[in-house]
Amino acid sequence: MSKVSRRKFLAGSLAGGAAVMVAPAQKALAAGNFSGFPDGMGVLVDMTRCVGCRSCEAACNKEQNLPAPEQSFDDYSVFDQTFHHGTQKRRPTEGAYTVVNRYETEGSDKPTYRKIQCMHCNEPSCLTSCFVKAYTKTNEGAVIYDEHVCVGCRTCMVACPHHIPAYSYSRVIDPVVKKCIFCYETRVSKGKPPACVDICPAQVMTFGKRKDLLRIAHARIKRNPEKYQDEVFGEHTVGGSAWMYLSGAPFEELGFDTDLPTEPVISNVKGFLGMVPMVLAIWPALFTGMHLLATKNKDHGHEDSHAEEGEE
Amino acid sequence: MFVAPNWHMKGFLLLMLALMLPLNAYAMDAPDSVTIDVIAQYYEPAEFDHAMHTEVAEDCSTCHHHATGTGTTDPYCLRCHSDYEELDEVSCQGCHSEDTFSAEAINRQSQQDLFHSDMIGLKGAYHQSCLGCHQEMDGPVGCEDCHAKNDEGEKLFYSGDYAPEPTENAGSGH
Repeated sequence: MSKVSRRKFLAGSLAGGAAVMVAPAQKALAAGNFSGFPDGMGVLVDMTRCVGCRSCEAACNKEQNLPAPEQSFDDYSVFDQTFHHGTQKRRPTEGAYTVVNRYETEGSDKPTYRKIQCMHCNEPSCLTSCFVKAYTKTNEGAVIYDEHVCVGCRTCMVACPHHIPAYSYSRVIDPVVKKCIFCYETRVSKGKPPACVDICPAQVMTFGKRKDLLRIAHARIKRNPEKYQDEVFGEHTVGGSAWMYLSGAPFEELGFDTDLPTEPVISNVKGFLGMVPMVLAIWPALFTGMHLLATKNKDHGHEDSHAEEGEE
Repeated sequence: MFVAPNWHMKGFLLLMLALMLPLNAYAMDAPDSVTIDVIAQYYEPAEFDHAMHTEVAEDCSTCHHHATGTGTTDPYCLRCHSDYEELDEVSCQGCHSEDTFSAEAINRQSQQDLFHSDMIGLKGAYHQSCLGCHQEMDGPVGCEDCHAKNDEGEKLFYSGDYAPEPTENAGSGH
């Protein structure tokens, strides 16, 4: 009889333990997302203003001491370049942290130019995917990384929903990930706009606090509803980002992935990841305790039974 | 004896000027040409032929908004600027800041009670204003049609004397 009740007790405590574990996991999931530092900076890219002069590419090259380009920055034949059998336009590389692409859209005689660079997400999936913690989201909103910590595993390249981080394949020894750092060291940390924003002749890009830029973006749409799409790309996409876009043409015609969720990528695994430390910390203690209790009872049982036998 | 005719001459000229002034008050103040050198770091200064543009533009307010000319006709602007008044400051840099993203300018973006908190900078104002019109009226639209690159500019763009050697695999992907 005593053996059966002990088994029942263990089964019950296991079920209880599981219930205790699931509850905080759900709490972690509901803990909410990080929507950026309150005074984080950002850039609003108004694509209706861009004429595709590529000055931003040239300024980025100089500011970040990048290698000489294959073609001059005032060579506009690069807009005709395509990769992977015409399915892919230019993308940021280890030698160019930002590139401008040209799109012909329906219903417009003028092409639209789209500048691509790191979006500097509020809750970056590159950062959350990095197992050596090479990435940092700074108070100013920049997503930077420490080259010396990077082991070159390229998980961030897979994790990034915007396909931004590039890889220094040209480096034989110690290749690392390369991407736009919002000119953090040289400019943004000192309150100055990044080099691309600074040089842009048409002020396609507006530099400011992210929360102010959002207000400005919606004000521009409200004033010119026939000129703009009623959407600010980057306001909510994968948790929002420091860089945001206004467009005249539908975003999906300009290579934007409009199917991206509004939740940060990390939300998919937050519940599970929240459980891991608990499993590691609580389970050993819980089961050791149970084991000790169980064996202690068993020993007592033997003594009791001996005593009972003795009495009998 | 020789002085008197001179005085007559000067008096006559002054009278002529006095008669012309009320008719051409704005044109008299306006410069014939403006040297624009906000991006002189990379480009030669642009010579803006103001006199020619005053003839091409319908009215001063085409470029100067509500600062001079007949004032604005944009219903959006008219909500505040219906009482037309010639402003003391009519030049572009009077309102549009050369240091576009100074701490002061970024602070202005945060002032929600300020209507013009989204004010474009000087360089942006020039290019937005010029390019929009040039595209519509077939004016020059290439960068170097208005301002040629200087040596620093060619270095920055890797063009001219600094152009890279042509490579065979450029644009072929990988």
